[in-house]
Amino acid sequence: MSNSTESSSKSDDAKNYWRSNLTLVAVLLSVWAIAGFGLSIFFIESANQIKIGSVGFGFWMAQQGSIFVFVVLVLVYALAMDRIDRKHKLND
Amino acid sequence: MLDSNSLLASADPALPWTWAFIAVTFGIYLYIGWRSRVKETAGFYVAGQGVPAIANGAATAADWMSAASFIGMAGLISFSGSDGSVYLMGWTGGYVLLALLLAPYLRKFGHYTVPDFIGARYYSETARIVAAICAIFISLTYVAGQMKGVGVVFSRFLEVDLAVGVCIGMAIVGFFAVLGGMKGITWTQVVQFFVLILAFIIPSVAISSQLTGDSIPQRAFAFSDISARLNEVLIGLGHEAYTTPFTKFGSSWNVFLITAALMFGTAGLPHVIVRFYTVKDVRAARYSAVWAIIFIAMLYTTAPALGLFARYNLIDSMHESTIERIEVTVSGEDPKSFPFPAQRAEAFAVIETAQAENTKASKKGLREPNSIVYFLTSKSGQPLDWATRWQNTGLLKFEDLDQDGQINLTLIPQTDRSKKSELAKIDRDIIVLSTPEVATLPPWVIALVAAGGLAAALSTAAGLLLVISSSLAHDLYIRFCEPNATEARKLFIGRVAIIFGIVVAGYFGIYPPGFVGEVVAFAFGLAAASFFPAIFLGIFSKRVNRAGAVTGMIVGLVFTITYIVLCTADKVLPFLFDAPLLAQENWLFGISPQGIGTVGMAINFVLTLAISSVTAPPPAEVIELIESVRIPSGSGKAVSH
Repeated sequence: MSNSTESSSKSDDAKNYWRSNLTLVAVLLSVWAIAGFGLSIFFIESANQIKIGSVGFGFWMAQQGSIFVFVVLVLVYALAMDRIDRKHKLND
Repeated sequence: MLDSNSLLASADPALPWTWAFIAVTFGIYLYIGWRSRVKETAGFYVAGQGVPAIANGAATAADWMSAASFIGMAGLISFSGSDGSVYLMGWTGGYVLLALLLAPYLRKFGHYTVPDFIGARYYSETARIVAAICAIFISLTYVAGQMKGVGVVFSRFLEVDLAVGVCIGMAIVGFFAVLGGMKGITWTQVVQFFVLILAFIIPSVAISSQLTGDSIPQRAFAFSDISARLNEVLIGLGHEAYTTPFTKFGSSWNVFLITAALMFGTAGLPHVIVRFYTVKDVRAARYSAVWAIIFIAMLYTTAPALGLFARYNLIDSMHESTIERIEVTVSGEDPKSFPFPAQRAEAFAVIETAQAENTKASKKGLREPNSIVYFLTSKSGQPLDWATRWQNTGLLKFEDLDQDGQINLTLIPQTDRSKKSELAKIDRDIIVLSTPEVATLPPWVIALVAAGGLAAALSTAAGLLLVISSSLAHDLYIRFCEPNATEARKLFIGRVAIIFGIVVAGYFGIYPPGFVGEVVAFAFGLAAASFFPAIFLGIFSKRVNRAGAVTGMIVGLVFTITYIVLCTADKVLPFLFDAPLLAQENWLFGISPQGIGTVGMAINFVLTLAISSVTAPPPAEVIELIESVRIPSGSGKAVSH
């Protein structure tokens, strides 16, 4: 009896862990899409109205900014997953 | 002093430096290969899974940044203007997908190859075979391009025959890949990363300070007036402004589809994925993705700056240059030299016949029999020796259309509505390799760029060869022909397979088949349309089953291959077709073949999900496998079945 509750709470924990993982990934990939597809492609012309230095913001995002955003996203993912792992005691 | 200078003007001052740099770097690669020779398959295929995150990050970056990234990409961007972003975002944005959606889970799974995962997750030998064949095909097309890159560097910088260059490259890769497998490859890639990144950044910093007075290329790119200056020059010559979007690929939808195909393709490329199998655990896989994208971003944020600077510099040095003399070599005869303006009339008479023969030959797909080399002096009085050397490789060509003894880069509308300038041909591969010479940087920088180009090509070639070897030996041969092979026998077969891969790659490098030029469209489109959906859904859905995944992969692949072949028939199968079977005006919804992988991927996703939902769910042990890859703890040693 106690064994089965333990295993069901364990699988609940696994479900929660997976849910926090999915939420994190969804948030980060939205930023990825906004930076990569939104500002750099579909709205590049409107973004180009704003200047960053001497080039348009859209052009700058397409050739520089989005890459910086990608680096930050991968870093944030690794750090946030460390926290989630610790919370669920899944770190080795 | 002056005399000896003018005598030596045609000798390449970078030559001794280049030999020295290449000898030293190749020596290091060989030494590492010898030090990391392996005795078991875990070492051979996944480097014993003990590679530290930062080292794996550097190795992944070198693995990823190929001859195309190093030699070709800045040139591509240089001629694509704003639309060059498809390569920049496509080849970095894919890492976000890889890091968040694939790498940690595949590391937890822990087997050796991508086909291993597909075979186990979809409980199907058919799926494994389809995956292994895809992996081999993608890697072979890709590796041929690397070998050609090695040949170009050797023939231009060391003035040896392209075939000899390719053979030297094959011997070096062969040595450390055969002895050390993944372990040897990993540690050489770490060194190669530092060689290639230095070789890319040093000339970029130099040219940036020269042109803009700012030594940080990324800052000069946005904050100096260089982009405005280039826009002005280009518009003056009849081109579109550099920073205007959609000049190269037509519409925002095409730019989106191409970017997406490159991103999802990147995430699905087997030689990149397997790098994440080599680290200690899931956490190390995440952090090696962080290091990898940092290292990759170092080159990828410099490249657009270099592309912009190089475009400006090239135009600036070639526009309105004066012809000193023209050297014409009619097939088999000694070269004849015509000094300008004294023998102008004679020169153009000879050129006309020579050119007519060349056009005839190139229409038949033959090598052009005659060479015409322009010796130029820039408008500031500098002799353009680098232009002479590049003309000798056939990658740069001039044609004085109005025969006024000057090279003018203004685009002139022709009778057939095309536009032409007196710069008859400029191969995009020249941009990076010629930058130090155009900017008159010291000879050792030129040599460093040559060594960097080789490091980029060899590191990627090695990673690809390992995938070819593991697919042939581990996924196909051992599994189906000798399932009971001993450890020593397995290792032996892996080494034979790598040698086989090297020989095939070398052959393609020397005699490139038509499809090598289309390699980007092929390799990425195929990876996006086949691997990405299968791996992603395999992890994130418990419902997706064998019937769905296998159908999705095959239909996605066949659709993508068919469309690319139809659009590029004249280049892929030149002996059968003179023109593409699907001309640009008939493209499906105007979608370019480079972007079709995204559509193939969408078809794959829809089919996989639809078929899975109406067929039986996967068996219990597969559900268990999915649950286990979703939990990071307990990723132990690799399992070799």
